[in-house]
Amino acid sequence: MNEKLHYWMLALPALAVMIVFYIWPVLNIWGISVTEPSTGLDNYTRMFDSNAVRVSFVLTFRIAAVTTIMCLLLGYVLAYTISNFATRVTPLMLGLVLLPFWVSVLVRSFAWIVLLGRSGLVNDALIDTGLITSPIRIMHNELGVLIAMVHVMLPFAVLPMLTNMRGIDDSYVKAARGLGASEWRAFREVYFPQTLPGVFSGGLLVFVLSLGFYITPALLGGGRVMMISEYITYQIQEFLNWGLGAALSVALLVATALVLLVAGRFVNLRKTFLERG
Amino acid sequence: MARSPLRIFFATGSWAILAFLVLPILVVIPVSLTDTAFIGLPKDHLSLQHFDTFLHSPKWLWATWTSVWIGAIVAAASTALGTAFCIGCWFLSDRAAMIARWVMIVPILVPPVVQSLGFYKFWVTLGLIDTHFGVILAHTLLALPYVTISVFAALTNLDRRIPQAARNLGAPLGMAIRTVILPSIRPGMFTGAIFAFIVSFDEIVGVLFITVRQVETLPKMIWEGIQESIDPVIAAVATILVLMTLLVTAATVARSYMSSKPKLT
Repeated sequence: MNEKLHYWMLALPALAVMIVFYIWPVLNIWGISVTEPSTGLDNYTRMFDSNAVRVSFVLTFRIAAVTTIMCLLLGYVLAYTISNFATRVTPLMLGLVLLPFWVSVLVRSFAWIVLLGRSGLVNDALIDTGLITSPIRIMHNELGVLIAMVHVMLPFAVLPMLTNMRGIDDSYVKAARGLGASEWRAFREVYFPQTLPGVFSGGLLVFVLSLGFYITPALLGGGRVMMISEYITYQIQEFLNWGLGAALSVALLVATALVLLVAGRFVNLRKTFLERG
Repeated sequence: MARSPLRIFFATGSWAILAFLVLPILVVIPVSLTDTAFIGLPKDHLSLQHFDTFLHSPKWLWATWTSVWIGAIVAAASTALGTAFCIGCWFLSDRAAMIARWVMIVPILVPPVVQSLGFYKFWVTLGLIDTHFGVILAHTLLALPYVTISVFAALTNLDRRIPQAARNLGAPLGMAIRTVILPSIRPGMFTGAIFAFIVSFDEIVGVLFITVRQVETLPKMIWEGIQESIDPVIAAVATILVLMTLLVTAATVARSYMSSKPKLT
């Protein structure tokens, strides 16, 4: 018994700091949402009646969904190549996947602004080659946000799939091939089903992170593609509307929790979040 | 090796995707060498003027230094707290410890804007707005999940009988931890500390909410630079950051080639 107390004394400082300075303030947002500017559920009725809020939520889920699908498609190809074709360039490929992971999101978003802006490098190049005569809009719209978001989120999709694929025993595919299945059929019916846990893990990670993403949509969207996180800061910074901002935060938190709850039926949450490498 | 269509598809696709991942980041390099006063490719000749501006701007240098030392303190604090936490939970290994581990990774799941709003309101009551300590505390909380994940991963590979043997031979708990457990989980602690430093060094949303004028960090300067005027000095800063990452990545890749076993993670 005394032993157990010692172990808890080791765990407690971090846990206490987390609960007091993180969990408590986040839960407190609920308090702000029902007290500012006046006590009651006014902020929530306003939120549910607002067309702009609805538009923003739909947009947020759509962008998160498209980002997730794109990241899974591209990430699968990368993860498959890296884990199945052992060649001289495999370590290089892995290094190139990890490189953007270590460059800050801010710097990566800046790079995309430089590329996609009105007088950005892509527009300049297209005008120089005579393909277009006046700049086209590839930034400050959904397309620009999506391109940059896929770029930022891709490593998050690749890594869980990679971990999963490295653990797959190749004797099943070999057996299928030996029994006469074509390479494509062996991939589709034998290999692919085994990779689904990694696909779900990576997809959930990307989806949850995309739902709450702020930096890249705010910079690439230019105020025209307002995902919910940006909508919250907009309400607070422009209108000092803390109450509505807090109510929207609660809604976003609940949405995220629901996604996790539903996903928990298909995905091993422990492997996805607690034990990721 | 047989070249099947499936193989060719995956291999070519991968190189295209890798180009999409890496090349856009590299554009900051030529842009930083521009001889013009706006963002764009060099017109007449290459110029280091924007690096010069960075290196002679007290504001930029001070912000860089602030980010570095705050990151170092955050790395130390979160690694110490997180390691103690993980060792405690590892010994306990019961349901309560499992719940505690989930509590510790909540900051990964909560959207940055939401947690920053929470920080802001609470930091106002505590009088921590626009203080270095306030930023250090917030960043330590955000770094803790990454530290606990990597330290716990190291602990799961540790054989429980080893610290038990030390205890049976009469070592008190503190001694068993210091002499047996800590040395064997050092790689996990190191990874955790690096993660913590990067989390703090790159963090922007929280800083935007809880600081005003007293605390300027590097990401905040970059953010304000992008918002207000696109000054090529940002490209110079971005180039320095990208080149440092490139160097570290190149070193890691080179090392995995040297040690013949091609495994990076």
